[in-house]
Amino acid sequence: MSRRRTAYDEVVVTAPVTVPYVRYSIHGAHWFLAGALAELLKHAGLSKDKIDGLCVSSFTLAPDTAVGLTQHLGLTLRWLDHIPMGGACGIVALRRAARAVQNGDAEAVACIAGDTNHTDSFRLNLATFSQFARDAVYPYGSGGANASFAFLTGYYMRTYGAKREDFGKLCIAQRTNALKFPYALMKKPLTLDEYLKARLIADPLRLFDCVMPCAGADAFLVLHRAQAETLGLPYARILSTIERHNAFPDDAIQYRGGWALDRDELYAQAGIGPQDVDVLATYDDYPVITLMQMEDLGFCEKGEGPDFVRRNTFTVDGSLPVNTSGGQLSVGQAGAAGGFLGLVEVIRQLTDQALGGAVAGARIGLASGFGMINYDRGLCSGAAILAASGGPS
Amino acid sequence: MTRPLVRPPRKNPMLKTRVPTLPPPGRSRVALGLTAAAARGRFELQVCRDCATVQYPPREACRACLSQRLDWRAQDGAGELLSETTLWHSHELFYRERMPWRLGMVRLDCGPVVVAHLHGDCTAAPSRVRVRAALDRAGQATLIALPQKDTPNMADDRQLREMTCDPKFRKVLITDAKTPLGQATVEAIAAAGADLVWAGYGEPWKKTRGFDRLASIPQVSLLPLDLTDSRAVRDAAGEIGGRVDILINTADYHRIYGIAARNGLETARAEMDMNYFGLLRLAQEFAPAMRGRGADGQSSAVAWVNLLSIFALSNFPPHGTYSASKAAALSLAQCLRAELSPAGVRVINVFPGPIDDEWNQLLPPPKIVPARLASDIVDALRGGAEDIYPGDIAQEWLARWRDNPKTLERELAAASR
Amino acid sequence: MSDPVLTQLVANLVAGRIRVVDLTQTLSPDFPQIVLPPEMGQAWPFRIEEASRYDERGPAWYWNNFSCSEHTGTHFDAPIHWISGRYLPDGSTDTIPAAHFIAPACVLDCSKQAAADADFLLTVGFLREWEKRHGRIPGGSWVLMRTDWSKRTGPVAYQNLDETGQHTPGPDAEAVRFLVAEREVLGFGSEAIGTDAGQAFHLRPPYPCHYYMHGSGRYGLQCLTNLDLLPPTGAIVIAAPLKIRDGSGSPLRAIALVPAPANAPARDRNRTSEAKKRGIKRKRR
Repeated sequence: MSRRRTAYDEVVVTAPVTVPYVRYSIHGAHWFLAGALAELLKHAGLSKDKIDGLCVSSFTLAPDTAVGLTQHLGLTLRWLDHIPMGGACGIVALRRAARAVQNGDAEAVACIAGDTNHTDSFRLNLATFSQFARDAVYPYGSGGANASFAFLTGYYMRTYGAKREDFGKLCIAQRTNALKFPYALMKKPLTLDEYLKARLIADPLRLFDCVMPCAGADAFLVLHRAQAETLGLPYARILSTIERHNAFPDDAIQYRGGWALDRDELYAQAGIGPQDVDVLATYDDYPVITLMQMEDLGFCEKGEGPDFVRRNTFTVDGSLPVNTSGGQLSVGQAGAAGGFLGLVEVIRQLTDQALGGAVAGARIGLASGFGMINYDRGLCSGAAILAASGGPS
Repeated sequence: MTRPLVRPPRKNPMLKTRVPTLPPPGRSRVALGLTAAAARGRFELQVCRDCATVQYPPREACRACLSQRLDWRAQDGAGELLSETTLWHSHELFYRERMPWRLGMVRLDCGPVVVAHLHGDCTAAPSRVRVRAALDRAGQATLIALPQKDTPNMADDRQLREMTCDPKFRKVLITDAKTPLGQATVEAIAAAGADLVWAGYGEPWKKTRGFDRLASIPQVSLLPLDLTDSRAVRDAAGEIGGRVDILINTADYHRIYGIAARNGLETARAEMDMNYFGLLRLAQEFAPAMRGRGADGQSSAVAWVNLLSIFALSNFPPHGTYSASKAAALSLAQCLRAELSPAGVRVINVFPGPIDDEWNQLLPPPKIVPARLASDIVDALRGGAEDIYPGDIAQEWLARWRDNPKTLERELAAASR
Repeated sequence: MSDPVLTQLVANLVAGRIRVVDLTQTLSPDFPQIVLPPEMGQAWPFRIEEASRYDERGPAWYWNNFSCSEHTGTHFDAPIHWISGRYLPDGSTDTIPAAHFIAPACVLDCSKQAAADADFLLTVGFLREWEKRHGRIPGGSWVLMRTDWSKRTGPVAYQNLDETGQHTPGPDAEAVRFLVAEREVLGFGSEAIGTDAGQAFHLRPPYPCHYYMHGSGRYGLQCLTNLDLLPPTGAIVIAAPLKIRDGSGSPLRAIALVPAPANAPARDRNRTSEAKKRGIKRKRR
């Protein structure tokens, strides 16, 4: 039995900001990350020299990492981290920054994630994504994540009876949510007929099962509660977090993620259950992964995802609001910012700063991260349960 | 069910010829171990010497026990298809030009899960499949899942044909069709369904038994060709080079002297002029057109076959200068392989043991029969390998050479005393 | 002021009273080469490799490197070429006196006999018949055996090989001994590959023309052409091999000076009628 983990008591997360997403940009990743930092400072009313910790995630920052950014942006820091974990980077950045602030290694940690997108940058990223991908996946059709998730989706559908209509329901709900979100790149409503008949990408995945790669950035600030209050910033408290890498390595094909190993601890530390969650952000690069997260995070049993989807609604005013800004499927995937998108939206909902539709009375939010198809499965999983200030401790 | 290949229509001469593209060619160094085995027609994976775990994708240390003692071992490829998809969109030009493309995830019985190209006759998951390693158009190892039992016209599967150099409906040049091996190769290639077989011959004043018979095979066209004459090679390339899909260089000048047994350079130079410079002349004149036609429709330029010799690996002193000329040809063939690889044209090197002919009269059996060697060449074109060692002697010398080249050198020197 | 004899020669050449006949086959890779059993050292056929042709290898010039045997194409055989002549003085191409490179020639017309029989052997009897019509063969002259073999187009017909070897005409042993001992000729020339007959291996001694001619310090010329343009007597042959150190022979440009008929036009130096009379044409595929 491992030692019981320390609560996050006096550490809070604030200042959810976004650099608007665009399909293509001639700027480099540095431009978007600088924009996110500037937005953070403006939103928080802080001068740059007050930031003494930085956590960065980006695919297109190469050949730079976080270190290069310190000199590029003129920062002098006593805490620095670079998190190359794709869709899990938001949760992991939160975990790292929170402990640093909690233990006094830093006072104000800026967590930023962003990427540029040139017309060929997505293909170039894929071709060199990981050693295993280069050796054992990309040469086979070069379909990217679409092919990998087509395998998982097909297996899941066959094993648990999920239908395309189930995935479609999620996509349509998220699109409805996105129509009110100012930064969403997808601006047209989506019907089930359009979803079902869309262009085939990798059987069974069709066009609206896939995210649109774009450029953009998201960020938040991790502070001591006292400082957030001094600055007059609305904040969310951190009730619990989990993180896992390379879970269930002997599963022949991925049908569950690391959350299944760690969810009991997640809820125990937060002192709540899935039924208490008011707003949920899943990592949604493909609809099947949202179902997997719903199962592995305890909203239903393994294999009951399709049934759960059929019994609930997921719009801002639904029975379980999911991806209330639209998720990556409707907002767009700005590279590593996709790992921040859901977390930033949960922070907005819990601090009454929703830019699109607001979930009424949202007190508890759960943000989940998933990512890094190193070979045939997503290796990273993570989740965080946040509470509005003034909510249960 | 795979539809049998139909003869492709004639090319429209008004259309631009498609430029060859390749599947992603980059691999890490450890992954090249898969390519090294596939080059010899084998499917091998790393096996941990300490805990016997089979590894995939290729790696530097055992994923179970961290041991760094990983050995490449042959696998039978039996496994279960877990899931499949058909791609309709790809990020690479090669695949975009060949959509749709079927893929599968297979759990091999020996443990690992692999992503593989999926043959059209494999039934939906879950189902049993056989995984094979072949070289793709980029010359790298690639895995393909085949149905558990052979199906009719299996080789005509569109995706499988991208990994092979099948002579069916193609035009083939055999540079020396006069020798017994040359004649057997003409017959075997014609029987394999080639549309046109140019039967090259030099020294027209020399009659060889059996050669006249070749002219009666319908696909055969006799072609004067002397590989020691640069202008003749250039003229031949000017005439037919733009149509050659497969070039099989069977020209071979074989004498049986070491150094001391033959005074002067005349014989050794004649061996080099045919075996090494002959290849160089051919390559200079025929390779450019083949490079441009690597993606030229269904009957594209696909392969260049060199008849080398197992003597090219390690000198056989009684045929010492001949061995050296074959070693020179081997090195040049490697150069040619690199130069043709951007076009997806495969260079196949054949290293037979002694052929049963007059120059190997004094060597004891087993010696390889020309008809058998010709059949091995056709198999190589239909398969996914690029280095072929036909016959028992070749297989044995190869095993000894791979084990330790220095010991083979000593053994060959001892055998010739 | 040059000697009037030579001035007159030049004047006659310019005026067309003396014609130059090219006795040489074109050196090209297509020209057949003598074939020996495979265990023997072989004579290289003519091969030529471009070094540059107004291109990146040499922008303003065109040149080639070539290789061949000393006995390729129209060529000269020196005494040292044969074992019977190996110890003779002045027997290699660099030591033969240059004066021997210009000599009169007797042309023996065996064309009808050769057409009827590829293995035709020139005999003493034939020589005596010829001498009855054209006079005694002078000492120091070339004896050229005209067979019109050079008119055979295509290397297969020219070499005329079958399972027993090459079949081309040549002299028999007695005829050669006669020419050497009784007529003291300068050497023997033929149109086919070899001064000896194709089947001369089976004569006694084998290859009698090589054996006796070279054994007595005399020379050979082979693969000649245009012998049908020479008179039986009166032609002057100029045949100078390359000066190769210790050379056994070399390809060469053999030409003949012949008196022109009285009404022949003034000589056109540039006429290339020889091109039409080229012995071996390139075979069409």
